[in-house]
Parts: sequence; C-alpha cells; structure tokens
Amino acid sequence: MTHGVTTAHAQPQSFLRRHVFSVDHKVIGRQYLDLALVAVVTGMVLSWIMRFHLGWPETPVPGLGKLAPTGAAGGIITPEYYLALMTMHGTIMVFFVLTTAPFAGFGNFFLPIHVGAADMAFPRINMMSFWVTLLAFLVLVSAFFIGDGPPLSGWTAYAPLSAVGKDAGPGQGVGQTLWAVSIAMFCVAQLLGSLNFIATTLDLRTRGMSLARLPFATWAWFITSVIGLIAFAVLMPACILLILDRVAGTSFFIPAGLVISDRLQPHAGGSPLLWQHLFWFFGHPEVYIAILPGFGIVSQILPVFARKPLLGPRVLIVCLIAIAFLSYTVWGHHMFLSGMNPLSATLFSVPTLVITIPATIICLLWIGTLYGARLRFTAAALFALGFVSVFVSGGISGFFLAQPSTDIYLHGTYFVVAHFHFVMGVAAMFGIFAGTYFWFPKMFGRMMNETLGKWHFWLTFIGVYCVFMPMHYLGLAGNVRRYSAFTDEYLQPLIPLHRFITIAALFTGAVQLIFLFNLIRSRLRGPIAPANPWEATTLEWSTSSPPPHDNFGGHPPVVTHGPNEFGGAGARDYVMQAEPR
Amino acid sequence: MSTTMVPPVPTVPAASVATADARPERRVAETGVWIAIATISMSFAALTSALVVRQSSGPDWRHLQLPSLLYVNTLVLLASSMTLESSRRHRGSFGLHATLLLGVLFLVGQVFAWRQLATQNVLLATGPSSAFFYVFTVLHALHVLGGLGGLGLVERRLAAGVLGRTTFKAAALYWHFMAVLWLYLLALLTIRG
Repeated sequence: MTHGVTTAHAQPQSFLRRHVFSVDHKVIGRQYLDLALVAVVTGMVLSWIMRFHLGWPETPVPGLGKLAPTGAAGGIITPEYYLALMTMHGTIMVFFVLTTAPFAGFGNFFLPIHVGAADMAFPRINMMSFWVTLLAFLVLVSAFFIGDGPPLSGWTAYAPLSAVGKDAGPGQGVGQTLWAVSIAMFCVAQLLGSLNFIATTLDLRTRGMSLARLPFATWAWFITSVIGLIAFAVLMPACILLILDRVAGTSFFIPAGLVISDRLQPHAGGSPLLWQHLFWFFGHPEVYIAILPGFGIVSQILPVFARKPLLGPRVLIVCLIAIAFLSYTVWGHHMFLSGMNPLSATLFSVPTLVITIPATIICLLWIGTLYGARLRFTAAALFALGFVSVFVSGGISGFFLAQPSTDIYLHGTYFVVAHFHFVMGVAAMFGIFAGTYFWFPKMFGRMMNETLGKWHFWLTFIGVYCVFMPMHYLGLAGNVRRYSAFTDEYLQPLIPLHRFITIAALFTGAVQLIFLFNLIRSRLRGPIAPANPWEATTLEWSTSSPPPHDNFGGHPPVVTHGPNEFGGAGARDYVMQAEPR
Repeated sequence: MSTTMVPPVPTVPAASVATADARPERRVAETGVWIAIATISMSFAALTSALVVRQSSGPDWRHLQLPSLLYVNTLVLLASSMTLESSRRHRGSFGLHATLLLGVLFLVGQVFAWRQLATQNVLLATGPSSAFFYVFTVLHALHVLGGLGGLGLVERRLAAGVLGRTTFKAAALYWHFMAVLWLYLLALLTIRG
C-alpha cells in the first residue's frame, strides 16, 4: 500500500455521485461552504429585523406582518418573537456558520491536500457528516414553520426555560424540541468530522510530511478537531437529557416546585445549573472551535503576502495547543452571575486571564512577521490584517469580563454583545473572507476580482467597527441585552445610538452583496487561475487549480521543506514544500 | 499577483513508494477506533458528572436495585470478548460467529432487564436514579449495536478473504472497549445508582 493513494476511489461518473452524494473531500468542503453561505444570509437577515426593531420599536418591519402573523402582527415584533429571532440568529451563526465554514468547509477541502493525501481517512463517514449537518440545519429552521414558532431561550438554551415545554412561552413547545434535536444531530456530525480530521492528519501524511512541516492552517484544524471531539461529546449527552426532560417527563434540569405560567410543573429535584455547566463546558471551547481555524488561516496567509517567514512557527503551535488545553478550564466565567461560590469564581477567573497570554503571543508573532515586510495588499491580506485588528479589539474587552467584579456589572449588558461579536463573530468572519479570497482560485480555478475585494474589505471593516464599537458604551451606560425595546425613560436617551448601530448594520450587510456578486461573477467569468497565483509554498499550490479528483494526479508528492520558507535571495523568494532539495 | 511557472513537483511512481515506505500498512481503522473510544469515554464521563451533580441537587434520589439479569448479561459480554480475541488470533470464523451470537444475546438480555424493571413500575421518569439507569444502559446498548454492525462487516470481509489485519484489530479493540465500558457502568450504577 502507498501513502496518499490507498483511500483514493475511482471518480464516479453519475451526476448525483459526483456533485451531490459525493465522497470527495473537495466536493464536501464546498457543500459545507455553500450551507454556511445560506446560513449566514439567514442569520444576517434575522439580525437586520432585530436591529430595525431596536432602532424604531414602534415602526412596523416592512413585510414581516405577513411572514410572522402571530409573532409580529402588523409588523410590530412582540418581545417573545424578538427572543425567538435572537435565539435563531445565535444558533444559526455559531453552529452553522462559524463552526461550519472555517473548520468543516475549508478544513475538508484543504486538510487532505495539505498533508498530501488523496482524500480523508474515512470518505463515507465524511459524506455522512455533511448530510447530517444539513439535516440538522433543516430541522432547526423548520421551527419557523412548525407549531407556534422558533424557541426563545437563546442559543445557550438555559434550563429550566428550555426544559419545561410550552408553558414557558410560544416556541417553547415543538420549537425548542426541534432546537435540541437539531443540535444533537449537529454534534454527531461534528464528532464524525473531527474523527476524520484527526485520523487523516495522523495517518495519511505523505512522505516527508512530518508534523513540524504541516502548514499552520492544518495544525489549527487538527487542534480544533481535538477540541471539538471533547466539546461535542459533552453537548450531545446534554441535549439528550434536555430532550428527555421535555418529552419523557424526567427531571434532570427542572427543580421541584417550579411554577411557570401559573402552572406547577410536574417535575422535581433537577438542577438548572447542571445544564449551564454541561453547556458551557462545550460552549467555551466552541468559541475556540470558531476562532482557531481563523488563527491558522491568518498564520498561513500573512507570510505569503509579507514575503517573510512567520515569526516563531513552533511558538505558534505551542500557543495553539496551550489555548486548546486552557479552553477547558474557563467555562465557569460564563456563570459568574448564576450563583457561584466566590472562590470558584476566582478559580475560573485565573485561567481566563491566563488564556490571554498565548493569544497575545500569537498576535505578537503576526505583528512581528509584518515588521519590515513589504506587504502585498491583496484582498486576502487585508482581511487577514483585519482579523488581527478585530480580534485584538474584541480580546481587550475580554479582560474586563474575565474578572468577576467587573463582569457582574457588565455581563447582562451590550458590552458582552460587543465583546463576543468582535472576538468570535467578526474575527471568524474575517478569517472566512481571508480564506475565501486566498483559496478561491484553487477551489474553482478562477481568480476573484481584487478591486471589488478591496472595496468589500474597507467598507466591511469600517462597518463592523461602527456596529460593534458603540455597543461597549451602551453596555457601560447600563443598556441591558436581550430586551426587545428600550422605550422606558432610563434607556430612551440611548435610542439615537441604537439607530446609528442599526443603520451601520444595514449598511454593512448591504456591503456583503459586493462579496456575493464577486463570488458568483468570478466563478463564471473570472480570469483562469494559474496553479500558484500567490507564490505560496504549501502543497495545494503544487497541484492544478482546481486539483484533480485524487488531488495529485496519481503521484503523491514527496515533501522536502517546511511551509514557512519565504524571503530567500535568488530568482524566487520562496521554496515550495515539494520542491527537490 | 504573479503568473510564474510552478516549479516541477518531484513525485515517485506509486509502485516504488510501496517498497520505500516506512509505514507499509495503514492504521486508519485503528486510529479511528482510538479516537472513537476517546470521544465515547468523554460522553460517558459527562453523564457521570451529571449523575453526581443530580444526586446532590434534590432530595428525591432513591437507590435503584439492579435486576440480577444484568450480571448474567455481563458474563455474556465478557465471553463475547474472549471468543473475538481467539478468532482474531487464529483468524477463525467460528469465534467471530460466536461473538456475533453472544453480542445479540447480550442485547436481548438487556431488553429483558428493562422489561423486568418496567413490570416493577420502574420507568424512565420514575425517579432520577432510574432515569440515569435507562440513559446509561440504552446509550451503551446503541454503541454495542454499532459494534455488531462493524463485526458484521469484518465477518463478510473475512469470508471473502479480504480482511486486513489492522481492520480486525480495530474492530476487536472497539468490542473490548464496549466490555470495559459496561463494567464501568455496572460499577457506577451499583455504587452510586
């Protein structure tokens, strides 16, 4: 048997097998990215509706009255429907965009090529994990159309609200059950995906591809898989217990004597905090599942456009591993307000502050790499730089939230909304954009339009700062989050700021049409891409654009160099990984 | 952007790689099973911690008397592990068939144990201890069912003479893990359940 070709399968001929039910990791990666695109548009439209309502609480949202006659009669959103929109926005974005695109999408397409393999270790399991993810998405969005609407207990689905059933409000009946089933399915899909990523990285590396020579993005995907393997393995049983509480009458999370909607709930002895512990034991590592692939993508892209080797490549890997390890010790910082022993709060606060050290070191490595570089300002490079900017902006507000004394004031406010949108939402999105501009030529064989890409970057960059920066002030001013309207006397003066944020959000969202247009037009009409348009070093650039069915045309590459060899003197300032010595 | 020529990629003809390769046989199946073991262990560890927390959260925990049939089932599952190991060492199909049979017998035994409890009116929602009992045993049974599917595949490949040594090893590893996991669950449910 040989490296790289053992799991290769003959290219199937039928349309369905080639493009729909394909076991080819490249097709599956594209399917994940397509799913994430549908999900991100859905999630963004939901956020638009919420923002519109926050800015103009008494003005009907155009057209919404027809779409949601109960939740928004006449276009005016009820408080419950606002929570439903918020729940769906959060769930769709965290699971089906931030996990699906940078990790499952790009990871599927490029991890096997990066290690020099012909496909994933278990191609059929790989196909299954995509279809289960798609099914999970459909189950989730079906909540809009079934029963009395989507659930309203947030993407964190805190018990007992999420556990008691329809007494807890509209959408808490069928909608919340659909949510729990969808997330349990998503867990299965991610576990199967992680299994594939880990086995492929460990066992299918081509000759010469030692761990030290793995590209940084693949290191990040590998470490993310390990995090996912542990995190989703906890969320799945938690969802099972939640479903049982809802449909089978058990009391895992519902305490005794609970009266909701004037009805005594027929449960006893359960612990709502147990759900929070299980959820955040998954939930905090999930933040790193969303952001570490971005770390990897940026670490891979910056040296290419700086034409310099990344500073401290081994330090980067050690820091990524440290983050992965520490991510399991910090979940309690989400629960400072949940009734926690002050000593436990301190114990969770310390690792939360410690985890900023490896993250800071990584940022310094990026900045150090840029020092003295003659940067090529492509759209991919701009988004990679933007990633560093928004990640640092979001990370700094983390210091305030890591300490119980300040978090107690800020936790229920827009300060937290600003923090996590910057640090995991926008940053991860910038990672996805950087990856798209960087890898599009390889994935589709055509170049994207750089001018449109740069416009897209600058307008988005300004837009997201206008949206999320003012939220810090809202939070400091005591503007609570999760409320549907701020019409009372105390928060009324903040309404103009809310309107500014809403306009900025609508603008930033509209700017994404440039990206969509660029994506579609380049796909059809873009100039034909050469094999290595960016003069990069990793293995995907050694094969044609797009790569053949088995990635390397039956000849697995032999790796002789690391991924980081830039800046040499001579005719070419880089050495490719598979170049003869 | 540059359109420079891509330097030629050195490749080795597939045939010569096979002989020069330091790792002649793939271990993906075995690696996959080890990863599965890690993640399944994590799931059951999470449920164990949930049990510990739930036990102290309310005054309604009643110790659950386990049906004695479970001990018979335990012996059946352990025996299936042994027959599988002998089959793996001698590549005989008899032991494999015995394992499949004993595996099915274990699951049938579990169903009978659940029914025994049900006739005593101990159901999923009866109390926290019974709820955890059913969650643990049903999840374990589903994983055993998956293992039987895997062994079925091994049996087909063995009969066709195309079974790789590591595939067999991987399947056996998973099956032994099911026995170890069961012993753990039995101990947990006896002591804390």
